[in-house]
Amino acid sequence: MDWTRIFANALEASIGLQAVVFALAAIGLNVHFGYTGLLNFGQSGFLAVAAYGMAVTVQTFDLSLWLGIAIGLAAAVLLALLLGIPTLRLRADYLAIVTIAAAEIIRLTVRSVTFEETFGGSDGRQSFSADFYALNPFSEGEYNIGRFGFNERQMWVLTVGWILVGLSCLVVFLLMRSPWGRVLKAIREDEDAVRSLGKNVYAYKMQSLIIGGVLGCLGGFIYGLGQNSIQPDIFGTDTTFFAYTVLILGGAARVAGPVVGAVIFWVVLSLTDNVLNEAIDAGYISSSVINNTQVGQFRFMLVGLLLMLLMIFRPQGIFGDRREIALDAR
Amino acid sequence: MRTRVAVFLATLMAALVVMVGLGALPAAAEGESVFGFLKNPKGKELVPVPGVEVTVKGPGGVNETATSDEQGRWTVEVNRAGTFTVTLDQDTLPKGVTLRNPDADSLKVPVAEGQDKPVLFALGKSTRQVQSKWEQAAQLTAEGLRFGLIIALAAVGLSLIFGTTGLTNFAHGELVTIGALFTWWLSTGNLPFLPDFGGLQFFPAAAIALLLCAGVGWANDAWLWRPLRRRGTGLIAAMIVSIGLGIFLRYFYLYVFTGNTRQYPDYQGQKGLSFGPIQLALPDYLSMAVAVVVLMATILALQRTRVGKATRAVADNPALAAASGIDVDRVIRVVWVGGAMLAGLAGILLGLAQGVNFQMGFQILLLIFAAVTLGGLGTAYGALVGSIVVGLFITVSTLWIPVELKNVGALGILIVILLVRPQGILGRAQRVG
Repeated sequence: MDWTRIFANALEASIGLQAVVFALAAIGLNVHFGYTGLLNFGQSGFLAVAAYGMAVTVQTFDLSLWLGIAIGLAAAVLLALLLGIPTLRLRADYLAIVTIAAAEIIRLTVRSVTFEETFGGSDGRQSFSADFYALNPFSEGEYNIGRFGFNERQMWVLTVGWILVGLSCLVVFLLMRSPWGRVLKAIREDEDAVRSLGKNVYAYKMQSLIIGGVLGCLGGFIYGLGQNSIQPDIFGTDTTFFAYTVLILGGAARVAGPVVGAVIFWVVLSLTDNVLNEAIDAGYISSSVINNTQVGQFRFMLVGLLLMLLMIFRPQGIFGDRREIALDAR
Repeated sequence: MRTRVAVFLATLMAALVVMVGLGALPAAAEGESVFGFLKNPKGKELVPVPGVEVTVKGPGGVNETATSDEQGRWTVEVNRAGTFTVTLDQDTLPKGVTLRNPDADSLKVPVAEGQDKPVLFALGKSTRQVQSKWEQAAQLTAEGLRFGLIIALAAVGLSLIFGTTGLTNFAHGELVTIGALFTWWLSTGNLPFLPDFGGLQFFPAAAIALLLCAGVGWANDAWLWRPLRRRGTGLIAAMIVSIGLGIFLRYFYLYVFTGNTRQYPDYQGQKGLSFGPIQLALPDYLSMAVAVVVLMATILALQRTRVGKATRAVADNPALAAASGIDVDRVIRVVWVGGAMLAGLAGILLGLAQGVNFQMGFQILLLIFAAVTLGGLGTAYGALVGSIVVGLFITVSTLWIPVELKNVGALGILIVILLVRPQGILGRAQRVG
């Protein structure tokens, strides 16, 4: 068992690409679910339209990356409007079902053979991030401390990613201590009371859906830029549920909750993956019990179990306040 | 229908592989050749056709005729690369054997350096029928009805659980899958973690699987949902717990069942039975009949029996039902057991139609939700109507839209219905926010 490598991998996972992507997705969800009480189960759809908006503009239509990012942002706003108009007047569970359906519609459409020329089918789109790396201030090479480290491309995308995470947290912090944010929290607690005070609940919910969607879709950009390729099945329902696990783990309705959640989540996953794989290779665990492919399946089982146990025994997560979580359907 | 096509394609592929494999051996050292096998389909078997003349013409003055041997094989050594014209002499075909497409008796084939080029002349009646739009519509309606009835089994259970407990069960797809998995394990004898016992016939296996599903439903309520109700867990918290349970179970199935799609051993490559323009396999008719009978029985039980009436009372108003002496917890237990059995039956029937897979239930979960929402959340009859609508819509819409986008259409309709009639087809307006 190579413990240095296991811990170096865990350290890399704690600030790596996946942690950034899921932190951003969960920050968006925090605005929806944590502050407003909206059960958006289609967060992966927001990531998908952003990433595809960017990639398709560059690879299919051969236009600039920056235009692609603008189009991705516009697509996320449009998606929020399209989702919100029919569902925000309905009960929470209806919103959940419609948003998850919308995210699946997006995924099935971009992976279909019919639109393969535009979206690339199940292979997705690749090589669209050249403009982004052209701005890279890190010179070529490895940036290592011992066995922990990244190359110059990873350094650049992670720097941008963590700056975005920081800015998003700042935006959420400022918004939620403003009068506007207090109305959102009031909607979460009692929608009818807010309505009776003369507030347009529908408009507030729509604004929340748009802001959370845009914050979440930044995760789609970072993923696309970091991997320099996107495939439709990355944006499946499991991504949304991972983001929920991250959010609830860190603590919903707390500014830093999603960030802490994402870091812990990916450290735990990295540790279990690496420890299990090393133990199997070293022969400590018989391969008839679990083999190296099954480690990936074990990871999902672990996430499912974690989500269940958190929700049952500690719905406020690590930092949250139980009184601030929207747990009852209205 | 789809399985038959798959079996046909698989046979074709196998034949091709064998042809290429056999052809490569003798001619490998001798330069380029053109060869093929002439086989006439007779029932399920392919009978070799000897004595047929095939002429190959091409560059370098190649003009040679070969005659197919007892295995139906013919070979022409061309010993050079280029494009050759291969012609089958239709007059030499034995009586009763024809080319599938009589106009395609001459083919142009490119032969690369050192290649032994296989050439396929298809014999026998065409298996591809040209159907009119109306015949297609009738066939698709039948398939849609079958699919809708299967969805209905799962949707009624989901709707009853929602009605009595308020839980939107995202793990319901896993209850569907487990029915098919139990049946497959019992009918092959390959139980996980247990010694092989040789396997049962399909029907006893399915019956035992249903009993096990009932046990799963009982365990769901007794070990998880009832304790959570006691704790006063909120509805949204419970919904997220069911998501976690769903993920856990789905990947647990993947862990024990692996990612392959498998068929029940007793039901592979079934023959089609025609009713006018409609052609379905025998198990398809059977599963439609079973679904109709079970759904009718469920409705009768809800209407006539004591526990059925109690169920409707609890769905309507749990507090009032409890006050009038109904044991709400017992009713919920019955609903969980019944709902899990219905879902398990849906899984068994779905496995007959499309094979058994670890995520077959999850793949139809959103369609079940669409069906339940279309009919109106919490109304059992609405779920039934909604399921038939969804099933028909999904299959019949493939007349106009590509097959891979059929679920997109169904989910799109779900969103449109919510815009126009949010309470669903049979729902009551006041149920919605």
